[in-house]
Amino acid sequence: MEAEAAKFIGAGLATLGMIGAGIGVGTIFSGFLQGATRNPSAAGGQFTNLILGAALTEALGILAFVLGLLILFS
Amino acid sequence: MADPMHQFEVTKIVDLPDFSLPGVGVIDMSITNSTVAMFLAAGLIVAFFALSTAKAAVVPGRLQLLGEGIFGYIDNLTTSIIGHEGRKFFPFIFTLFLFILAMNILGMFLVFTATSQLAVTATLAVMTILLVLVIGVMRNGANMYKLFVPAGVPWYMLILVTPIEIISFVLRPVTLALRLFGNMLGGHVALKVFAGFVVSLGALAAGGGVGLLGIPAAALSLGGVVALTALEFLVAFLQAFVFAVLACVYLNDVVNLGHHH
Repeated sequence: MEAEAAKFIGAGLATLGMIGAGIGVGTIFSGFLQGATRNPSAAGGQFTNLILGAALTEALGILAFVLGLLILFS
Repeated sequence: MADPMHQFEVTKIVDLPDFSLPGVGVIDMSITNSTVAMFLAAGLIVAFFALSTAKAAVVPGRLQLLGEGIFGYIDNLTTSIIGHEGRKFFPFIFTLFLFILAMNILGMFLVFTATSQLAVTATLAVMTILLVLVIGVMRNGANMYKLFVPAGVPWYMLILVTPIEIISFVLRPVTLALRLFGNMLGGHVALKVFAGFVVSLGALAAGGGVGLLGIPAAALSLGGVVALTALEFLVAFLQAFVFAVLACVYLNDVVNLGHHH
C-alpha cells in the first residue's frame, strides 16, 4: 500500500474516536433532560454542571480529531 | 474547491526586526494577522466597557445593562464554584472569558480566528495551570500533595488512585488547550468545506445534463452553511464559558484543598 493512502485511511480511522464522545455527550444531555422534566425548578442551577460535563466528555472527541489532523499533516 | 486550511495561515502584515532574548532565543516580533486579531479583540473589550460605563446611572441603560450582566454572570460563576474566596480570582477569570469570547466572535466576522491557533490556546492554558500551581503552593505549601492523595481512600487503593490523579492533573492544560483549539478549528473547517460544496456543485450544474442534479445538493449544503454558522456562534460563547468554568474548577481544587464545601 502506498504511504499516502495509508495516511488517509489512518486519519479516517482516527475520527472513529468521536463515536464515544458522541454517545457520552448524548448520555449527559439525556440525563439532564430526564432530571429537568421531573424537577424543572432545579434545572436552571445545574446548567454549569451540564456544560462542564459535556465539555469534559467532548475533549476526548477533540483528542481524536487532533490525532486525525496530526496523521494527515505530519 | 478552495483549501479549507488556508484560513488558518499566519501571514506577516508589518515586518519588524527579530528580537533576541537571552536564554530563549530569537523571537520574531512581526505583526501578523494573528496578533492583529488579538489586538482587535482586546481593543473591542476595552471600548465596550468604556462605552457601557461612560454614562453610568442608577437605572442602567441598555448598554450598561449588558455590561453589568456579563460582569455579574462571571462574578456569580466564580463565587458559586470557588466559594467566598472566588472574588480574588474574579479579575483573572473575567479577563480570560472576555478575551476568548472576543477572539471567537471576531473569528466569525473576520477571516482569521486567533483561538484556532494552538499557540494562542496553549499559552492561555499554561497561564491558567501555572496560576493554579502557584496559588496551590502558596496557600498549602507541602500539603499540596493532598491534591493527588484524596482523603478517605484506603492505602492499598492509593497505589492505583495516585498515578491516575497525577496523570489527570498533567492532562489538564493539554485538554484545556486542545478543546478550544479543536472546537474552533473543526467548526471553521466544516464551514469552509460546506461552502466549498456549494461552489463545486454549482459548477457541476452549470455543465447541464445530469449535472443539474447538483442544484438541490448545492441548496442543501447552503442550508448547511447557514445552520453551521448559527451553531458556531453558540460554540463561540460556549467554549469561552467552558474555559472560564474549568479555570474556576481547577482553582477551586487548590484553594479549597482538603475541605469540600
